[in-house]
Amino acid sequence: MFLENIKMSLQNVVNNKMRSFLTALGIIIGVASIISLITIMQIATNSITTQFNDLGAGKLVVSAPGTPLKKGLTDRDLQTISQIQGVTAVSPTLSLQATAVRGNIVEENITLEGKSNIYFDQNADIVALGRPLTKIDGENKALVCVINTDLQQLLFSNDDPIGKQLQIKDITYTVVGVLDPTVAGDVMNMVSQQRGTNNSDGKAIIPYQTAMVVAGIRGITSLEVIIDDPDNSTQISNNLEVALKQAFNDKDNSYSIINMDSLIETMNTMLSMMTSLLVGIASIALLVGGIGIMNMMLVSVTERTQEIGLRKALGAKPIQIQTQFIIESIFLSLLGGILGLILGLLISFVASRAMDLDFIVSASAIILGLGFSAGVGIVFGWMPARNASRLNPIDALRSN
Amino acid sequence: MNEILSMKNIIKSYHMGDEDQIILKGINFSVNKGEFVSILGPSGSGKSTMMNIIGCLDKPTSGEYKLNGESIDNLSEKELAHIRSREIGFIFQSFFLLSRLNALQNVELPLIYSGISPADRKTRALEMLEKVKLTNKIHNFPNQLSGGQQQRVAIARALANSPTILLADEPTGALDQKTGHAVMELFKALHAEGHTIIMITHDEHIAKNATRIVKILDGNLYEADDEIPDVD
Ligand SMILES: Nc1ncnc2c1ncn2[C@@H]1O[C@H](COP(=O)(O)OP(=O)(O)OP(=O)(O)O)[C@@H](O)[C@H]1O
Ligand SMILES: [Mg+2]
Repeated sequence: MFLENIKMSLQNVVNNKMRSFLTALGIIIGVASIISLITIMQIATNSITTQFNDLGAGKLVVSAPGTPLKKGLTDRDLQTISQIQGVTAVSPTLSLQATAVRGNIVEENITLEGKSNIYFDQNADIVALGRPLTKIDGENKALVCVINTDLQQLLFSNDDPIGKQLQIKDITYTVVGVLDPTVAGDVMNMVSQQRGTNNSDGKAIIPYQTAMVVAGIRGITSLEVIIDDPDNSTQISNNLEVALKQAFNDKDNSYSIINMDSLIETMNTMLSMMTSLLVGIASIALLVGGIGIMNMMLVSVTERTQEIGLRKALGAKPIQIQTQFIIESIFLSLLGGILGLILGLLISFVASRAMDLDFIVSASAIILGLGFSAGVGIVFGWMPARNASRLNPIDALRSN
Repeated sequence: MNEILSMKNIIKSYHMGDEDQIILKGINFSVNKGEFVSILGPSGSGKSTMMNIIGCLDKPTSGEYKLNGESIDNLSEKELAHIRSREIGFIFQSFFLLSRLNALQNVELPLIYSGISPADRKTRALEMLEKVKLTNKIHNFPNQLSGGQQQRVAIARALANSPTILLADEPTGALDQKTGHAVMELFKALHAEGHTIIMITHDEHIAKNATRIVKILDGNLYEADDEIPDVD
């Protein structure tokens, strides 16, 4: 009987091709917009969170300009911070603008950064050529540096710079590695990379101990605190704040902490809120589509009054008539749902290409699209189908 | 004798405005198995009203109606549908074939509602179409059949579930004399096979094909040997 119903419904939908298509169009548009919105938002969210995760998951980023009396943190403060429970490592950064010299080439305004080996441990593939800075480099306050490709270009043209020397602030350093320009390393770099600025800015990284003692840069002004458990980030952040307050005598604006995990969380919440909002708006299209289906079903019932009467005379039970029309309605809206799903995925595929992001099809989008459209079929087909099942067969047969 | 239908004091009235309009005024009627009965009466006399009650499409206002010994007075819509499916084979004046289905599918329709499997359905429908001599037209749609052929498809459909009663309302009303005659021959053959037939008509000639004629006049039913009072 159920199979029969499906066959009959199919037949009716196919017999009224144009009308069926136009009726399903509302559902097609509704489902297509929901699917494409969800998929595009998901693709965007995924790409943003992976980028952020690469940079910041399990990290607290501290900026510590300090006070007029105490510019940045000292090595001692660093010790205190690394002893906070839950902190696994601390990666400090000192930086200043300097001039680099090699032979008779003089390059003004390069960035000299002091970093620890932790930075290189955290970003395993950041060195493309040569080797990263090691713990021993730091302990020995070695006069070595890792440079970026811009500085390589400026000072060494196309030569292999490894093992060659350069001078910054009258100190001679040996180049041991070159940074990979495609790996961001930290948030600031990511931002400047994506803005396309910072283009021809040379950069040299030396061990931070060397920077403090030999190069005479005082005060650690930025810091990445690596923590063991992202779920504990708030607790650790609070303890970190206590330590920083102490270090700077509780002075305003002397430091700030960015908790990357709570940042990611906030961003995810915002993105999912936005998704819900957009889906809510798109659902209106689906609602309109559903009303279209109801209208068509009501017309169909009126048109087929005599058929319904005859079926009843031949022994059809009310429930069988109702099922026939409900199935027809579900069939119609599911048809719209499937077409809408295909259209929606197509739109999001094109959009993901345009935004240069990885295209992903989520199962939830498909289930949602098909579930929604079937639901619309049931909800909006129910009333017309019940009307049909309640028709009085005598009146129905007389209508002519 | 084997009584399969009995009506006792059946009254049917309709509310029209303020007053009740009584269409059937206390009908007593019974049919035995294997009978071929004509219900003869002029237009508006209440023939179709009576047929709807016999066919369990409608319920009487009062009176007792038993089909196969079972009272239908207190049955639900669902149970009535079941009875129509098993006991009644309808044949209508205007055939009422579904235009989107071919002859075979039209005959299969009542079998769907009595829950017969697809394979058995087809066998049975083919059998019925053979009985009405339409084996060569099974794939024709109604608009590809003549009126007489359409009525034969409708008869095959009515026979499909082997109903207790074949119930025909003006079966020749839409046919010319010759085709109408052929349909009557078919009815007689079915009667000879043992089918019980109740046929409604306003045409005395057609009515004479039956073995028993009852007349309905102004809401009252008269057997052939009853004295019919003058109506003025
Ligand atoms: N639903 C209804 N409401 C009110 N009156 C009705 C209804 N159905 C039938 N009638 C009345 O009942 C009377 C008998 O109708 P019925 O259809 O039984 O006549 P009939 O004998 O079949 O006539 P015909 O030969 O023209 O088909 C008519 O006067 C009709 O107006
Ligand atoms: Mg009539």
